[in-house]
Amino acid sequence: MTPPALADERRMTRTGPPRGAGPAAAPSARRRRFRLLGTITLFLLPALVLFALLVLAPIAVAVYTSAFKWNGLGGLPRNFVGLDNFTRMFGDEVFVGDLRRGALLIALSLVIQLPLALAIAMLLNQRMRGRAVYRLLFFAPYVLSEVITGVLFTMIFSPDAGLANQILGLAGIDGPQWLADPSLVMMTLFLVMTWKYFGFHMILYLAGRQGIPKELGEAAAIDGAGPWKRFRYVTLPLLGPTIRVSVFLSVIGAIQLFDLVWVLTAGGPIHSSETMAVTMFQFGFKRSQIGYASAVSVVMFVISLVFALGYQRFVLRRDTEGAITTMRAQR
Amino acid sequence: MTAPASAHARPARRHPLWWLRPVSLQAIVIVLGAFIVVPLLFALVGGFKDTAQLSTNPFGLPSPWVPENYTDVLFSGGFWRQLLNSTFIAVATTAIVVGLSSMAAFVFARFAFRGRELLFTLFTVGLMFPFAVAILPLFVLLRTLGLLDNPLGVILPQAAFGLPMTIIILRSFFRSIPREVEEAATIDGCTSFGFFWRILLPLARPALGTVSVLAIVTSWNNFFLPLVIFNDPNWWTVPLGVQQFYGQYSSDTARILAYVVLAMVPALAFYAVAERQLVGGLTAGASKG
Repeated sequence: MTPPALADERRMTRTGPPRGAGPAAAPSARRRRFRLLGTITLFLLPALVLFALLVLAPIAVAVYTSAFKWNGLGGLPRNFVGLDNFTRMFGDEVFVGDLRRGALLIALSLVIQLPLALAIAMLLNQRMRGRAVYRLLFFAPYVLSEVITGVLFTMIFSPDAGLANQILGLAGIDGPQWLADPSLVMMTLFLVMTWKYFGFHMILYLAGRQGIPKELGEAAAIDGAGPWKRFRYVTLPLLGPTIRVSVFLSVIGAIQLFDLVWVLTAGGPIHSSETMAVTMFQFGFKRSQIGYASAVSVVMFVISLVFALGYQRFVLRRDTEGAITTMRAQR
Repeated sequence: MTAPASAHARPARRHPLWWLRPVSLQAIVIVLGAFIVVPLLFALVGGFKDTAQLSTNPFGLPSPWVPENYTDVLFSGGFWRQLLNSTFIAVATTAIVVGLSSMAAFVFARFAFRGRELLFTLFTVGLMFPFAVAILPLFVLLRTLGLLDNPLGVILPQAAFGLPMTIIILRSFFRSIPREVEEAATIDGCTSFGFFWRILLPLARPALGTVSVLAIVTSWNNFFLPLVIFNDPNWWTVPLGVQQFYGQYSSDTARILAYVVLAMVPALAFYAVAERQLVGGLTAGASKG
């Protein structure tokens, strides 16, 4: 992608032939170089093989099988159908609905969940009673598995004896069908996602906030900036990198959402909470339409990739030299 | 308030409503805290009720207390078996991913060679692939390899998908160790492997702890992969067990709540012990990824 790291003088000292050495030193230098190459290979190869075999190869396999009609049995797929799986997918209401629902979850996360996490992080950053306890508490759901969360909330949102409707009943409200009403189920899902994930984003923001020197806020205060202005013009811009990363993780998480949906609703009622991953699972593992399910995987992959690269290129560029971009600027 | 912003040189007299702010802030976090805690408490207390009590007496303490929901689970073999499986798989995954990643991160951090950036980029790109994308072909692949109903079928892919994050965190830590340390070691006759094994890894213990905690939590909570790999109940992990138990006793809410609570205990206990590493790892991963 970028100029090879060999351009860096300091790092060269290990593999390069010694500078200024006479020709007599050449053979031993070459031997040393070979040994170093051996070390590099030996150290890198196991990780590379595992990664290539179990991360990269499956993606290639998905691309390949997406061009076939295949029930997954009997050796290699034979029934080549070209792009039929993809045209079928984009004509399928369920899949197009998946895209719409994914976009809805992303929008809700960005508009409600992340601002909430940011506000709470700012709150807990102040001196207040019990803030360590609150921090610990708000983050706790993140360590619970999605399945446990899902089963727990299925109980809470069960229509008759569930806790949610019992509480509403106290106020004399006849509780809704949280998980069985197609028009409500996405909101319920988002509520559970907020319960589980807002603490994670809050922790990110808290860490980012702690990286901002106190003096900046104090200087602004001396200049007469009130709390809101200090937040708006000092803290918020300096939190930029953290916010961008948290947005990124939120979007990628929404694209691959499976566990929580599968346990809460399995995509129902009548597909009204289905996500791409659930559609893929239904076709791939329940209906043995491996070719079509692979095509769904490929679209998920392309969406993630385009988003990730675009985001890296246009949004994160200023922050993370070194992830996708070159590392030279760091040194 | 106590803010040092008294640079406004306000008179020391407090505004008559000065208490409004701290009180309202407390109110906000208390409401949010209740939002988090009430479901957990509901499960904990509900597990001691029977299902009839849950609908007639949803908010009060159980009367009578029904410990059988908990004891039944604790005296059934399945629950312990799942704990054992989850533990084994988490430990094996962590050992593999941390071992391989520290070797690779060592090379990425401290050697220069052609193609290094390209390879590193390859790994970082892996960071963006949702697990869900690869699961179907992974299943086909593992079936071909005969790794269905085999713990390796879960351990190896988990390790592979853990590599990018672990390598990124470890590489940045390895790079922070001064060059002089390595030069001194080389002068004393240390080989690169000796430096890696005897100096770098011991120095990197905090970072290794961080990535290990991350790997353990990720593996412990993984559901999708075990779901498609393990058919045999003998290999079920805790999340699979929870899901299965829920399917089996779906009308017996109290019993399920008890199971859910017991399944939470190891994760919450681990969180209590390793909170610092977990938070450190997540924030480091986020800022470096």
